This record gives sequence, C-alpha cells and structure tokens, in this order.
Amino acid sequence: MATRARFDPKVALIYAVLAAGTVVVAFPFFWMLSSALKPPMEIFDLRFLPQQPTLDNIRVVLTRTQFPRWFWNSFVVAAITTLSVAFFDSLVGYALAKLRFWGREVIFVLILATLMIPTEMLVIPWYILSSSQGWINTYWGIMFPGLITAFGIFLVRQFMSGVPDELLDAGRIDGVSEFGLYWRIALPQIKPAMAALCIFTFLGNWNAFLWPMIVIQSASMRTLPVGIALFSGEAGSLWHLIMASSALAVIPVLLVFAVLQRQIIEGIVLTGLKN
Amino acid sequence: MATRTQAAPTTWPHLGLGARRALWAYAFLLVPLAFFLAIRLAPAASSLYISLHEWNIISPEKPFVGLRNFQTLLADPRFARAALNTVRYVAVGIPAQIVLGLLLAMALRRVTRLRGLFRALYFMPFVTPVVAAAWVWQWMYSEQFGPLNSILVALGLPTLQFLRSPGQALYAITAMIVWQYLGFQIVIFLAGLEAIPRVYYEAAEVDGASGWQLFRHVTIPLLNPTLVFSIVYSTIIYLQLFTQVLNMTFQDQGGPLASTLTLVLYVYQLGFQRFRMGEAAAATAVLFAVILAITLLQMKILSKPVEY
Repeated sequence: MATRARFDPKVALIYAVLAAGTVVVAFPFFWMLSSALKPPMEIFDLRFLPQQPTLDNIRVVLTRTQFPRWFWNSFVVAAITTLSVAFFDSLVGYALAKLRFWGREVIFVLILATLMIPTEMLVIPWYILSSSQGWINTYWGIMFPGLITAFGIFLVRQFMSGVPDELLDAGRIDGVSEFGLYWRIALPQIKPAMAALCIFTFLGNWNAFLWPMIVIQSASMRTLPVGIALFSGEAGSLWHLIMASSALAVIPVLLVFAVLQRQIIEGIVLTGLKN
Repeated sequence: MATRTQAAPTTWPHLGLGARRALWAYAFLLVPLAFFLAIRLAPAASSLYISLHEWNIISPEKPFVGLRNFQTLLADPRFARAALNTVRYVAVGIPAQIVLGLLLAMALRRVTRLRGLFRALYFMPFVTPVVAAAWVWQWMYSEQFGPLNSILVALGLPTLQFLRSPGQALYAITAMIVWQYLGFQIVIFLAGLEAIPRVYYEAAEVDGASGWQLFRHVTIPLLNPTLVFSIVYSTIIYLQLFTQVLNMTFQDQGGPLASTLTLVLYVYQLGFQRFRMGEAAAATAVLFAVILAITLLQMKILSKPVEY
C-alpha cells in the first residue's frame, strides 16, 4: 500500500479525463456569467471574457423587470409546498408503516398507483377545475397539485418501517398521544430522509414549469421559471439581459448547493436506492 | 361503545386499543386521501372522459365523439412527428447518459483526491433551474455569436447551425439534457458500484481476469438492477420532455419544422394554445398507456431475484 508518492500514468490519465469533463460541464455556467457581465456593446463579441465587466445588466433586470417579485413568488410557492409535503407525507407514511387498520394495504397500493399518472394527463382537468373555482393566477392555484406527494409517502413509509415498535410502545406506556408518537418520537428518527425529501420538494417546486406556465396569466404572479421564460422570449436579442436574469436565478441555487452539497447528493442515494 | 367486544379480529388482542389506533390512522389519512381522490384519481378519470368528447373550453357544447379524437391524432402528421422525435430523444440521450455516467463513475472511484469536488461539479447542472439553463444553451448554440461555433472556427472546422437546423436541433437539445442529468446518473452509478462486494473482484483477479473481463463479467452483471432502474427512470423522464425543448426553441416552439417537437409540447400547444382539449387529452392518454407499459415491464424485470 506504499503507493502514495509514486506517479502512476494511468491515474494521471483518469484525472485528466475527469478534469476535461468538468470543463465541459462547467462551461455553460462560465458563459452565462461572462455574458451577464458584458456591457451591451460587447455581447456579440466572441471573446470569452468581458473587456469591461459591468453589473448594469443585473441592475436593469432587478429594477426594470418584476424579477424580485417572481423570485418571491417562487419562494412562497416552494416553501409552503415543502412544509405541506413534509407534514402530510410523513403523517401518511407513518400511519401506513406503524399503525394497523383495515384497508391499509389497499390505500398504500392506491397511493403508489398514482405515481404512474403523468402530470401532463392531469393538467387539463386541473385547468378546468382552476378556471371554475377562480384559482387561476393565485398562489393556491400554482401550489395545490403538489401539496401531498405519493413519492414522499412511499419514501417516508420505507424509513418509518425501520423505526422500532418498542420505541413507540414505550411512548404509549408513558401516555404519549397517537399524534405525539408520530410527531415527537417517530419523526425525529428519520431526520436524514426528511431532509432529503424537503430539499427535493423545494427544488422541484422552485424549478416547476409546465403547470405554473398554464395556471399563471399575469406578469406579477409568475414564478421564476415562468418569468424568465416569458421575459427572455420578449427580450429578443438582448442576450446580456437574458443571461443576467438566468445568472440571478442560478446563482442562489448554486450557493445553496455549495452549502448542502453533501446532503443533496447523499439524499439522492438515500431516496434513489430505496426504490 | 368500547365495551362491546363482539367479533374481535384475532390480530387485535385489545379491540378497544386497536380500534382507537385505527381511528387515529383514519384521522391521519382523511385529508391526504381526499387529496389523492380529488387531485390525482378524479382528474385522471376526467382526462379519459374528456378524451372521448369534443371539448373546447370556450364552447358550452361538449358532445361525445367516441374515439374520434384518437383517430384525429393518428391522422395528424405533427403527432406522428412528436412521437418519432420522442423515440429519437430516448434512443440518443439515454445511451449517451448511461455510457458517460458509467465511465465517469468508474473514473471517480479510481481517484482519491478531489473526488468530492469532481462529483459536486458534475452534479451542478442537475440542481440548476432548467429554464435558465435552457436559455444559456440557446445562447451558446447561437449560429453567429455562440462560443461553440467560435471554438469550431478556431479548430478550423466548418460552423454548425445547431438549433436552426432541422437535422441538428434535436441532437443539440439532447446534448443539453444529457448535460443536465449526467451528474445524477453518476451518483446513481457510484452508489451501485459501491454496493458490489469487493470479494468478487478479488476472486476474479485471483483467477487472472483482466480489467475488461472484470468489467464485463463482474461489474455489468452485478450492476444490472442499477442499470435497469436508470434506463426506466430516464425513459419516463425523456418521454415527458417539455421545458428544455420549449425554452431552447422559444421563438418557434418545437421547431424548426417540428424537428424537436415532443409529445408533451404537442399536448401543450393543442390544449392550451389551440384549446382543443379533447384531442390533447387523447394524446395524454396515449402517453399514459406507454408509461404504464414501461413501468409494468420494469416491475417484471426487477422482480426477478438478483443472483450474486
């Protein structure tokens, strides 16, 4: 095992391949930033770096469009949805894993079966429902389809099965209520799975496009993805502004990713392999 | 009421307690079950119902037309084009994603330093907002002002039209999608490779197996469940492509000449731009049938026990 300092050409080649791959993968981010910082005069230059970098594009997007509002809308929608999913999915997952009642298996299979229904199949009825109920252009209208997810219930149920029954029985003897057993005893046992579920639910809703694009009709109610798509469509060849708005949408997500990188990637493994 | 102990199921030693817990369970499930009925199952049924009617949201008349919407679909060259394109996205994108993902995952396992950094960098596109990324790629593919053509020129190669060419646009979009999912694929493969017990490699090495033989006869068979999962999961995602295509071809959605049109984009245009919801619902029913078939097929394959 004393191979520490020896130069191994094979390993060097592997490093070279990996590094070349990351250059390709990272290039779009670089090009986005570089374009976002170019003054309008330079945007059609083929230079890779701006000659006179400027924050003007960022300022224009923040002050002349409703970008801050779209950011806020996305935040509200993603945050409330995540809270709702975390609560309801874990409650159902707990009940399906730890409580005995008539119809448990049927209910579980029924919920699982809904995973096979593609969103596209539902958007038309959702739209008809939203129009008749006046939900078009409201936060509720954007959020309601995602407030409880079959995937999350399935995930929580898998992890809840691993919580020992003795722990719950001990709680029962101490007089903890049934809700308390779920909330105070079972839920803290599956924190890593809940963290993964919350992160993916937030990200999924933050990036959601198809349904928000359908249900939102006014500029002020747009979520970030819808805002960027329609703004970019209207901006035509103002690529410095399109790239500035993209950069503004991407950078916060990457900052969060930098901090939670380990949890996010391990969460993928945790959730992916439980399937 | 709790004192009436008639017909106590044998699985519950104390009916009173058991029944009380069951009541709690039903209370926990009440809102979520209502949700699944109202927001998933009823709309799915309603979608099938709509697919059998002429359904224009503006007109109050919504007559039953039987399977006519399905016939209209089958006769529509754009639908055929969307279906064909979707098959192309799957046929090109998924092998690329699987091969690159497996190569890079195996490379990552060979290095010790910087592994975490590499992994994070490859994963970055997966968490990046898709709409923003799609517009960045559209700009990179710009025929005259894009960096990709300037690299081609610097290498002395002819420039490409990318998104402007009916022959290239679909592949250009596929490249972006592979870029987006590659990191996810790598992480899945890393976990799959991690799960292969080392003893198999050691035993094979003792028997004098070469690197390629190890890969062919140990890695691939033992990675099979991961491969099946990856292929099925990605196929379902590729069948529902929408956001990337719409945003990369925003000025001519699904163009040029419908060469990048996907099934979901077709549904969106039909249902929400031309308001022909009956036909749009029929198209989603077809998509549902395909996804259902793939899921059932996967269950059948994966339910076979893996032999170690």
